[in-house]
Amino acid sequence: MSHGPSASGGALPLKGAPHDHHDVPHEPVFTGARRHDIDAILLKYPTKMAALLPALWIVQEARGWVSEGGMAEVAALLDLSPAYVKGVVSFYTMYHQHPVGKYFVQVCTTTPCNVCGAEDVVNTFLEQTRCLELGATSPDGRFTVIEVECLGACGFATPVMINSEFLESVTPDSVPDILAELA
Amino acid sequence: MGYPHASHPRESAVLSKHFGDPAARTLDGWKARGGYQALEKALAMSPADIVTIVKDSGLRGRGGAGFPTGLKWSFMKPGDGRPHYLCCNADESEPGTFKDREIMRWTPHALVEGCALGAYAIGAETAYIYIRGEFTEPLAYMNAAVKEAYDAGILGANAMGTGKRVDVHVHKGAGAYICGEETALMNSLEGRRGNPRITPPFPAVSGLFGKPTTINNVETLVAAVEIVKLGAAWYKQWGRADNPKSTGTKLYSVCGNIARPGNYEVPMGFPFKDFLWDLCGGPLPGRTIKAVIPGGSSVPIMTAEEAEGALMDYEGFVAAGTMLGSGGVIVFDDAQNMVKQIARLARFYAHESCAQCTQCREGTAWTTKILERIRDGQGTATDLDTLLDIGESMTGKTICVLSDSCAVPVVSGIAKFRNEFEALLPKSRNVVSVSQAVA
Repeated sequence: MSHGPSASGGALPLKGAPHDHHDVPHEPVFTGARRHDIDAILLKYPTKMAALLPALWIVQEARGWVSEGGMAEVAALLDLSPAYVKGVVSFYTMYHQHPVGKYFVQVCTTTPCNVCGAEDVVNTFLEQTRCLELGATSPDGRFTVIEVECLGACGFATPVMINSEFLESVTPDSVPDILAELA
Repeated sequence: MGYPHASHPRESAVLSKHFGDPAARTLDGWKARGGYQALEKALAMSPADIVTIVKDSGLRGRGGAGFPTGLKWSFMKPGDGRPHYLCCNADESEPGTFKDREIMRWTPHALVEGCALGAYAIGAETAYIYIRGEFTEPLAYMNAAVKEAYDAGILGANAMGTGKRVDVHVHKGAGAYICGEETALMNSLEGRRGNPRITPPFPAVSGLFGKPTTINNVETLVAAVEIVKLGAAWYKQWGRADNPKSTGTKLYSVCGNIARPGNYEVPMGFPFKDFLWDLCGGPLPGRTIKAVIPGGSSVPIMTAEEAEGALMDYEGFVAAGTMLGSGGVIVFDDAQNMVKQIARLARFYAHESCAQCTQCREGTAWTTKILERIRDGQGTATDLDTLLDIGESMTGKTICVLSDSCAVPVVSGIAKFRNEFEALLPKSRNVVSVSQAVA
């Protein structure tokens, strides 16, 4: 969970954007194919609550983040309270509690990558995406860059995740090509 | 052979022999390489006989603690009328460790087979593989392998036509190092915050959903497959003659300032010096190795000299003042400042503390603050004593060992690289007069 003096972790609220996204009426997520998906997932566990992390993943994949409305819908679906669901959401770093850029860039800077120059990689991403600040979204809304704790690919320093794409052996020199691919 | 480097003749590739071979990923490819023979054999045996073979092999948990696997399995009592569960811990997040990732990327069916075999051996009908959310590629391969195994009748209500039920499900984590702690993993799987539980009760008594549960690491379960297939005596061929407590092969992940990073599989008891220099190629050109963490970031730091004298097994690393841990080898060369890197490790633990225990929540945060101010030249003369004092209050006093794990690199780092800390601290507290300073 994110607390203490760490600079890494979750995204900040979208800079410069109106903060009214919490007031937008929630469109139900679990309809059609997604309703079918969560019903199949529920069969794997003896309790409804065990489907909480999978259900939150479905919300985030559908909407890009997990809103209060999304949490309330999941809570109703699994017979939990919205407060309980929020408590779980806020524990895990991968659920976004605010909208993030179209491309969510996570650069590993933990020690094994750090000794291989990961700080230069994250700084290059910050500059070239014009995010400028960790956790902030670029003015064009396309990028959010964060430092992430150990991605578990230390022999391939520096690993970078862009949305669900996992890139290995990224160097400052390879950043322009990676960003050009996303253009 | 390891990955991504070419195989080294001194490796003993058992678990890693198909790394780098995409054809081993499919069900047909896995069967062509001898896959699912062990499961077929196991399902025809009694669970107790499987546990005996694994006990006799000397296999110990490869996740970090090194607890004997057969003994752990024997705590489960099949047939007691309660549901039993197997959890596979694939939440690989210990800095320096990336072996389970390669097992899942290259031989996903080996893990499906290991989970099915392990579940049957402990009287469980259901196994859950808890994979960290960031592992998108291993998740995709594991989901595909599980689906193939169900479609082929290997898993399900009539596993391999034996009439026995074995279900294996993949569960995706959502970003939390602490969920690699086994009781936190169970809480997370149940849909809770990943807070470790107070033990006892131990998982074999009251684990997942309150039922008897065993939690095994990916590498442990994959090794059990080979042991059931080829026998305990075959597995014990590897290891030091004078140390029967560590048997078999071990996968090591090597990273940091080293010529050939990657995964290597060597027998227990392998000389660490040969490992670092011959297999991994030694330091980068023009550099010298300064420090090594041999078993993931939670074990004590070694100087290069200490590392050169160590033997690579559970007892060998303990004799050298550290631990085998997860087998994640992190190498630091003479270009690195140890204060900066130890501060970065502390920051990792501060970020990952679940914050249940005060000693951990406050200790990891203050350790990080103090180390970072020393790093930035803002330290005070008493900071090292304060760090050691905090480290003492973080050791052996919390629900889980995350707190201890933060103190370990700090305390061992100060012990072995004190000069680097002192170089960043105020030289002297003596007041220097203006005239002396100008002169």
